[in-house]
Amino acid sequence: MHFLREGLLAGAAVLALSLASAQAAPKQGGAMTVTYKDDVATLDPAIGYDWQNWSMIKSLFSRLMDYEPGTATLAKDLADSFDISPDGTIYTFHIHHGVKFTNGRELTAEDVKYSLDRTVNPKTQSPGASFFHSMKGYDDVAAGKADSLTGVTAVDPYTIKIELTQPDATFLQVLALNFASVVPKEAVAEAGADFGKHPVGSGAFRLAEWMLGQRLVLDRNKGYFKPGLPYLDRITFEVGQEPLVAQLRLQRGEVDIAGDGIPPAKFLEVMQDPQYKDLIVQGHELQTGYLTMKTTLKPFSDVRVRRAVNMAVNKERIVRIINGRAAVANQILPPGMPGYDASYKGYPYDPAKAKALLKEAGLADGFSTELYVNNTDPNPRIAQAIQQDLAAVGIKAAIKSLDQANVIAAGGEPDQAPLVWSGGMAWSADFPDPSDFFGPILGCASASKGGWNWAYYCNKDLDQQGIAADAMADPAKAGERAKKWGGIFTKVMEDAPWVPIFNETRYTIHSARIAGTNNDVFVDPVHTPVNYDALYAKDVQ
Amino acid sequence: MAAYCARRLVQSLLILLGVSIITFALLYLLPADPARQIAGRSATPEMVASIRHQLGLDQPFYLQYLHYAGRLLSGDLGRSYVQRTDVTALILTRLPPTLVLMVGSIATELALGLVMGMTAALKRNTSVDRVLMVISFVGVSAPQFVLGILLLYVFAVRLAWFPIGGYGSLRQLVLPALTLGILGAGWYARMMRSSLLDVLQQDYLRTAHAKGLSGAVVLLRHALPNAILPVIAMIGLDIGTFMSGIVVVESVFGWPGIGQLTWQAIQRVDIPIIMGVTLVSACAIVLGNLLADLIAPTIDPRIKLR
Repeated sequence: MHFLREGLLAGAAVLALSLASAQAAPKQGGAMTVTYKDDVATLDPAIGYDWQNWSMIKSLFSRLMDYEPGTATLAKDLADSFDISPDGTIYTFHIHHGVKFTNGRELTAEDVKYSLDRTVNPKTQSPGASFFHSMKGYDDVAAGKADSLTGVTAVDPYTIKIELTQPDATFLQVLALNFASVVPKEAVAEAGADFGKHPVGSGAFRLAEWMLGQRLVLDRNKGYFKPGLPYLDRITFEVGQEPLVAQLRLQRGEVDIAGDGIPPAKFLEVMQDPQYKDLIVQGHELQTGYLTMKTTLKPFSDVRVRRAVNMAVNKERIVRIINGRAAVANQILPPGMPGYDASYKGYPYDPAKAKALLKEAGLADGFSTELYVNNTDPNPRIAQAIQQDLAAVGIKAAIKSLDQANVIAAGGEPDQAPLVWSGGMAWSADFPDPSDFFGPILGCASASKGGWNWAYYCNKDLDQQGIAADAMADPAKAGERAKKWGGIFTKVMEDAPWVPIFNETRYTIHSARIAGTNNDVFVDPVHTPVNYDALYAKDVQ
Repeated sequence: MAAYCARRLVQSLLILLGVSIITFALLYLLPADPARQIAGRSATPEMVASIRHQLGLDQPFYLQYLHYAGRLLSGDLGRSYVQRTDVTALILTRLPPTLVLMVGSIATELALGLVMGMTAALKRNTSVDRVLMVISFVGVSAPQFVLGILLLYVFAVRLAWFPIGGYGSLRQLVLPALTLGILGAGWYARMMRSSLLDVLQQDYLRTAHAKGLSGAVVLLRHALPNAILPVIAMIGLDIGTFMSGIVVVESVFGWPGIGQLTWQAIQRVDIPIIMGVTLVSACAIVLGNLLADLIAPTIDPRIKLR
């Protein structure tokens, strides 16, 4: 009797478990609507670099590498497997068999080579060409002297070999960027300069309709090489929707995801409303908001003055100005980035000490300067808070509130914009690696006219350390490399070219009928803002 | 008539030429560098220089303008820096919604404004007159965003009488047209009132009354046609304003008009689109005025086109 009952119980348990695991993969079907304020510029993966089109391109095209949905963990996409030579300069990828473009043709290694050549070619005017600088032959193609990267070879239809000029620890992440997506040569030739409006890829979705300025429709790619994916049949993107109106429509059930997030005017109300509690997902973008000080202009050339400014800014008050939608930052790297040092204390908020440092630097009476800021709300208000904090230690900062393009232009000049608040134009990671947070914004090469190193910070020793850290391509050395980068950024904080102020928190609100394979896909750190491949419709299950 | 039209057309072309040169010069003088915008934040100086050369931005001002004007003559407004699409195609997709909104709004403005103005003039100096003028004053002063969101919230979100924004059906046109109609009606009301007051004092109206004609006939057949001339001129100006795009109302109601296109282009320093839209609205303003001037003689035969 005992036996039978135990056996029945065990049998029931096994049955229950197998049913549960069968439920694990969502059923395909259903549709969803997403809104954006700005029109989508282009869907050409070599060119698209916007808030709206980044994740759309990820869903329309495939590339050798990608990330696990909702995480910053690398995963293979088109590549079934890959080998790296012992010296770290030769990568050989084995491409999955039977991947088809939406025009029916099979994807081969030739297509991968064509796509990489195309991105680096200056005629394409790709904003991502420089990411591929470590590939052999890059210099010639980027200078327009050659059309083909000598380091990229299609060994056979399913094997591609890429040679680098030196080992590059970020290379696999670079291959996961949109700029490395694979495009079919004949579709590009046919569409010419309009490929961005008529994209053909091998991703989870295909473009079904695009009414300029109104909406885009993505349909599930029925021939997608990953079985069972994606789950949704159709995604409709409605553009030209003001975030406030999008929020009202979402509350009415007309919209499933507000692509631009919860508008600041409704933020507190929505956060406190219990009916939306489970529908708001919080994530941390790999982003830092900071105040840059031009190290080439007096008096910011004196490190004591820069440290004084670091101690004069009341960061908690600034976070309150934006309704708490951020966490105070005490260092340059955001949390979640390898190399982030949770134990680092940074500069405390200490106006008295700041005044003392200024006195030591011979500026006991303070000085006058200019603070440049982007004129979209809430940045002018944040600039006013910084202005008050600086005035409390004797620094009189006049606020210059301009539109984004002009602030960026001024920041890139060696003799303008001594102080710049980065709000609205802050650096966010292209890929989750600390080197992306150094070179373009703190490296010597970018301390030039038009660069994003608005502090004109140049520490040749740290530059060399950065290069050495990036040469540690061995995955086993990842921990050591992260520590090395952490050390580099700690040294940068000692030089204090910036005042890191906060790391923004991203909130995505979605309707109740849409869910994700894990909640983080709604605030995906790579498929920003949302990973469309990993969403499914609850009403179809 | 034909000679007048021809002369006006030549004048219009000169005006457009002037507009294009001034706009081109202003955009040229902007510190923001389009090549850098396109090259993106991670670009090397070499890439930026290459893009600048490809776009012809490293040429002197007059050469750049001559190339632009040359392409303009063949109807090519260039390619957007950011969207990499033909500017002409972009503007053409935005024209139908802009025209629909324009017609709907002007119709509403006239319906509300003319009725208010006529009533105020006929009941001059009574409380009706004063109330209507205050309403028109408020209408003229109210911000588009406030009125638009208010109407949207009350009638679309709470009462659900209309869809929440969007474009495509007549029901979606009602709220945006009403917003702009209320705001613009004030102008027409005041213009109509003062114009009609002038006309009502004329002797020929007293004659018409003396002949035994009813009040309505006197008003509609004798007074209105004379009073309406300034209103026609205003409509001409109004058409020009609408064709430049009404960004705020378009944003609130998600209306894919030319205003949204322009606003985005300005923020991204997308010079070809800014130039294209400026020229298109300049054309519209010029044409609108020309139309108003051509219609005037049909209403008042005393006006001779010279």
